[in-house]
Amino acid sequence: MLELKNINAGYGTFQALFDVSLSIKAGEAIAVIGPNGAGKTTLLRVMSRLLEASAGDMVMEGRSYRDLPSHEVVGLGIAQVPEGRRLFPRLTVEDNLKMGAYTPAARAKRLEKLDYVYSLFPRMAERRYQLAGTMSGGEQQMCAIGRALMSGPKLLLLDEPSAGLAPVIVQSIFELMHRIRAEGYTVLIVEQNIQQVLKVVDRGYLIETGKIRASGTAAELLASDEVQKAYLGV
Amino acid sequence: MSHFTSTHFFRVLLVLLVAAPWLGLGPYPLHLIIMSLLLGFIYTSWALMGRLGLVSLGHGAFLGIGAYAVVLLWNQYGLSPFLGTLVAVAVTVVLALIIGYPCFRFKIVGHYFALVTLALAEVVRLVIVAERDLTGGSLGLTPKPGIPEGETFSIWAMQSSTRVVWFYLILLCWLFALWVWRRVDHSMQRDALQAISEEEDAAASIGINVTRTKLQITVLSAVMTCLGGVLYAQYQLYINPETVSGIGISLQMVFGVIAGGMFVMLGPTFGAVFLLALQEILRVLIGNQVHGLDLLIYGALLVFFIIKMPKGILGTWLERRT
Amino acid sequence: MEFFDIFLVEAMLNGLLLGGLLALLSLGLNLIFGVIDVVWISYAELMMIGMYAIYWTHTMMGWPLYLAFIVGVGGVALLGAAMHWFIIRPVLSAEPINQLLVTGGVLFFLQAVATVVFGIDFKNIGIRLPSFMLGDISLSMARLIAFAVAMVAIAATYLFLNKTYAGTAIRAISQDRAIMPLMGVNPGRIYLLTSAVGGALAGLAACLLVLQYDIHPAIGLSFGPITFLVCVMGGLGNLIGGFVAAFIFAQLISVGGFVFAIEWGYVLAFVFFIAMMFIRPEGILTQRR
Repeated sequence: MLELKNINAGYGTFQALFDVSLSIKAGEAIAVIGPNGAGKTTLLRVMSRLLEASAGDMVMEGRSYRDLPSHEVVGLGIAQVPEGRRLFPRLTVEDNLKMGAYTPAARAKRLEKLDYVYSLFPRMAERRYQLAGTMSGGEQQMCAIGRALMSGPKLLLLDEPSAGLAPVIVQSIFELMHRIRAEGYTVLIVEQNIQQVLKVVDRGYLIETGKIRASGTAAELLASDEVQKAYLGV
Repeated sequence: MSHFTSTHFFRVLLVLLVAAPWLGLGPYPLHLIIMSLLLGFIYTSWALMGRLGLVSLGHGAFLGIGAYAVVLLWNQYGLSPFLGTLVAVAVTVVLALIIGYPCFRFKIVGHYFALVTLALAEVVRLVIVAERDLTGGSLGLTPKPGIPEGETFSIWAMQSSTRVVWFYLILLCWLFALWVWRRVDHSMQRDALQAISEEEDAAASIGINVTRTKLQITVLSAVMTCLGGVLYAQYQLYINPETVSGIGISLQMVFGVIAGGMFVMLGPTFGAVFLLALQEILRVLIGNQVHGLDLLIYGALLVFFIIKMPKGILGTWLERRT
Repeated sequence: MEFFDIFLVEAMLNGLLLGGLLALLSLGLNLIFGVIDVVWISYAELMMIGMYAIYWTHTMMGWPLYLAFIVGVGGVALLGAAMHWFIIRPVLSAEPINQLLVTGGVLFFLQAVATVVFGIDFKNIGIRLPSFMLGDISLSMARLIAFAVAMVAIAATYLFLNKTYAGTAIRAISQDRAIMPLMGVNPGRIYLLTSAVGGALAGLAACLLVLQYDIHPAIGLSFGPITFLVCVMGGLGNLIGGFVAAFIFAQLISVGGFVFAIEWGYVLAFVFFIAMMFIRPEGILTQRR
């Protein structure tokens, strides 16, 4: 469904990604794991076109979208749940969700979508008129995921969904991942918490200092030496 | 940076300036040079604050206080402008502290600070206009003549009928401003201030009293601008609220510094020269036929320059050379 | 003593009406700052241009007043959008000082345009709305209408911001600019829209002012700085704060102007502002950044 070919990207003189290539098939769930500063968030920013790639190509369903303006990426069916949730703190839950369905195509179906998201996340329905910034971390994460789902995406990108959350909540977040997969979404999860994420996905890539060091099935990665080295410095 | 502060270039410039009155330039060109130096003095004073990120859009207030205080005290009470300057400086210091202290102490900076200072300049202008019985309002004010019969200048009245006296006085003041700029630049404070403008909390943590330093620079800048107002009033012998206070002159000051380059010692002076040249060219080309046309082109050019040359003319030029 | 009280009450009522106008202006300025993060130093000058536009279409070209008002509001809305597109956009990533200066340049430019086209004489659209008596108090009809319209406009803006998609996007972008493209929102379009709305509010203020005051190129200076103070006082970008501060300031100006002279009313407002900075800087620090 989506392919990245030899992506290079950076900030000013600092290069963050070196010849990164990966691919995702429709219906798959992939993890991109790696230590802090490896370039995971940079990768997602490039994929959502929030950051220019200096070289390489990005292809979604056969169409290259290298030069697409960032606000048209949602139209391709790629939605991202950014790092740190990034809800609009002084908008209500419902307004946040509605913002997810801003594009004309999504807006037409917004009532349907709202019902759908509320059925997936009943807690959000309870809090629909609450200011998003006043919710707990776990609830905010739910809302952020819901917001991304409002655009009716084909591919969902999640940037460290468990970051900053208590272990109990982390557990429920990953159960959520299962459910989302079950709903048929293609998912790419960037995570530091390898134990949890590799239980949810089919395949994964290990990225370290901007380069892909290893890839394989979840089981392979979990057992691999590279992963051990990257995380434990062994 | 190197070429314009190189002692060689500066020495040549200095020699030319000192000799200027004797080069047969004629009174009007000499006047232009005097105004360049005077405005250079004022703009450099503003730049002391500006380069630390303390953008004041209200220095017109201090200029106006300097100008009107000395003229009013002279006209009403015969008080020598030298003494009047002391009064003006005192008022300026108080005002600078009143505005500066809460702003710096409570971190009211950036846009907030700019707008507050802008309002200050306008309030000063409003007061001047409001007290029209005393100040002549928008019509302006002229110091009473104070030069005794047969003399060409009077120290007590701070007036001179020969331009040369003013030339050297203002030249000295301009050099003084440059010296102050240098001192502030080189002193220990500079590193601290740089740190402050970039990383305020970090600077505070190494024990640098951020507020006090900012206040010192603010008061210094304000007082020097006030002095500029005094010089302006006594040299031009005519002041009105529009030219020495209010938004207009305040913005012009800032623009001059930015156009010339805020981080270079001679930048503000260059900006002053540039603006004067621009005004003169427009005056010659357009004249007074269509009222306001020169200001229209002036405003359009300001906008154009800010958009196209954000680092200022001197700054951009220097950048291109390296 | 009674005599004195009546005029004071009158001043206070006029202050209320002035407050409505300042609330309108500060709403526009706050909106633009909240969304785009730029302060238009020349905001009041846009209003001034609007006043001239109304004068031109109504008095000089003879169009009916309501049509002139539409030109006023629509014209300044377009001017606002143009200002953003041509002037602000190129400096969006520049230093804030440059952004301030560029709008300062526009201030000069607009004043000069008005001077060149219309001259510096005071103009008036010649509409005299009656005053009516409320008990012993004389109230200007023009001021009352201005107040009512300002309140309606503010309410309408509130509804726009809260009930429409575009309005919600405007609120969202002022809270988190960077992720807007993830929602499929083109920030540039929102900026343009906000600039147009800000312009429209200034245009509306022009319509209201033109009923009460003479027009001249520097009239922006009578309202601009005080609008800035109002916005700073209420917190730049804080729409509600600006609304409240507008009425406080208007009372100070009106009552102060009544007790002393009108210019001193402004001085009083400024002194109050400085005092507030000392006493309650948090009131001013309710800023977004």
